[in-house]
Amino acid sequence: MAYSDKVIDHYNNPRNVGSLDKKDKNVGTGLVGAPECGDVMKLQMKINPETRVIEEAKFKTFGCGSAIASSSLATEWVRGKTVEEALAIKNTDIVRELSLPPVKIHCSVLAEDAIKAAISDWKQKAGESKPAAVEAATPAHS
Amino acid sequence: MAVKLPIYFDNHATTQVDPRVVDAMLPYFNEKFGNAASRNHAFGWSAEEGVEEARAQVARLINATPKEIVITSGATESDNLAIKGVAAMYREKGNHIITQVTEHKAVLDTCKRLEKEGYEVTYLPVEKDGRINLDDLRRAITPKTILITIMYANNEIGVIQPIAEIGKIAKEKGIFFHVDGVQAIGKVPVDVQKDGIDLLSISAHKLYGPKGVGALYVRRKNPRVQLTALIDGGGHERGMRSGTLNVPGIVGLGKACDLCREEMAEESARLAGLRDRLKNGIMGKLDETFINGSMEHRLPHNINISFAYVEGESLLMGINDIAVSSGSACTSATLEPSYVLKALGVGEDLAHTSIRFGLGRFNTIEEVDYVTDRVVETVERLRELSPLYEMAKEEGVDVSKMNWKTA
Ligand SMILES: Cc1ncc(COP(=O)(O)O)c(C=O)c1O
Ligand code: FES
Repeated sequence: MAYSDKVIDHYNNPRNVGSLDKKDKNVGTGLVGAPECGDVMKLQMKINPETRVIEEAKFKTFGCGSAIASSSLATEWVRGKTVEEALAIKNTDIVRELSLPPVKIHCSVLAEDAIKAAISDWKQKAGESKPAAVEAATPAHS
Repeated sequence: MAVKLPIYFDNHATTQVDPRVVDAMLPYFNEKFGNAASRNHAFGWSAEEGVEEARAQVARLINATPKEIVITSGATESDNLAIKGVAAMYREKGNHIITQVTEHKAVLDTCKRLEKEGYEVTYLPVEKDGRINLDDLRRAITPKTILITIMYANNEIGVIQPIAEIGKIAKEKGIFFHVDGVQAIGKVPVDVQKDGIDLLSISAHKLYGPKGVGALYVRRKNPRVQLTALIDGGGHERGMRSGTLNVPGIVGLGKACDLCREEMAEESARLAGLRDRLKNGIMGKLDETFINGSMEHRLPHNINISFAYVEGESLLMGINDIAVSSGSACTSATLEPSYVLKALGVGEDLAHTSIRFGLGRFNTIEEVDYVTDRVVETVERLRELSPLYEMAKEEGVDVSKMNWKTA
């Protein structure tokens, strides 16, 4: 499959790779997907409780090039946005920006889910806990 | 020697036509352009001569006689002709066929079609090493069984089935034995007598010949196998496969078989050495890598490795100057990971991380070293990017035991 230049660029130079301290109460963590499906995304955001602005965002992704690019792009887009603005990001925006073909749409859906999951985790920590739209997977330590 | 990019390590998909094969074919596009069925002039005769020599060359490679070689358009057709041809011809005798789960789609989908037409098919499972269990085979045989069809070697994992043992069982029970020999012929010794094979599918483009031509070996005695043709017409190929012969292609198939016969021993030893160097180079530098399928019963030029925590398609993208293929769902149209790896009991999480390396005649040691370095550096980079690797290594989570909420 031929990848768009933007996908290749994000794949070769992924933005904001890494992790934030998930115990920090200003950090929201979204972990979506499953290894059996071939894709897992972890998206973390550090959110200012006063301004509700996302000050930092980091990701790690197990998945195809389009999934890596979608999550890399998501970190770029959410930075500097308020929580409400970030929640307005749609997977179709990602599809358009990265010119993803139809078979890769689910990779962008995963990125949207990851944004929502991270924010809902943060809200829970901040005591705003609405029922989570998409919950993060829970590690079963065993 | 500097390596020339891109590097081709996908020799199970197809092989480069050997220049000596091209040279053998060329006259049959030019001065020897005749129709091999034209019996009354020199143009026809020289074409027919080319075809008959090729038939003999194919036969010699597998220890058959020329009259037992039916030319086809490739192994997909050979598999169809063998299975459907036997099924139709021996319908009175029985309606049961035995195959196994890691066959190529040319066999599996043919069997599925026959099931719709009222035949019964048993799909034997494979063990963890990719081989069938002979006791399973014996148990599956019924008085209605007319055909056993098992591949010589698998196209993804290169695992070689116990063909001679299966041949013996088939003979004892008076059941025809068809073998899809595509990946093995010309790479390891395949002998229809020693292996007890009654029908054998061959494809030219997997053994350094041209695409769109192949053959089906059909045994003529002990026992004699008869087939119902799939393609009717001018009665070519003893009525088993009508249609004007693809003379240049057939000449290429023959020449390719001849080269394999002459060079196989030396070439296989060389490729096994390169393959082991690749395997040891990669696995020596990376932890949590797993070989899929038996190492003992394996084609010399194949290795299939899973790289835990790194998704296959993203790995292919990182080594885009190297042609290999992956069992990852993301590389398939159906978004399902490889059914072959699944059949071996490889977890879906690891199936997504698998890469097949298929070495061939034109690969060099320099290429092996280049590929080793590129794979190692790319896997390391992608593991840095992998949340699963982080969870496993830094947080000590057993990723496979997590409660993933799959949508
Ligand atoms: C095991 C096996 N059988 C059959 C085929 C089909 O061969 P052909 O391309 O000649 O139709 C292939 C090639 O993909 C194969 O690997
Ligand atoms: S993660 Fe599988 S196609 Fe993108």
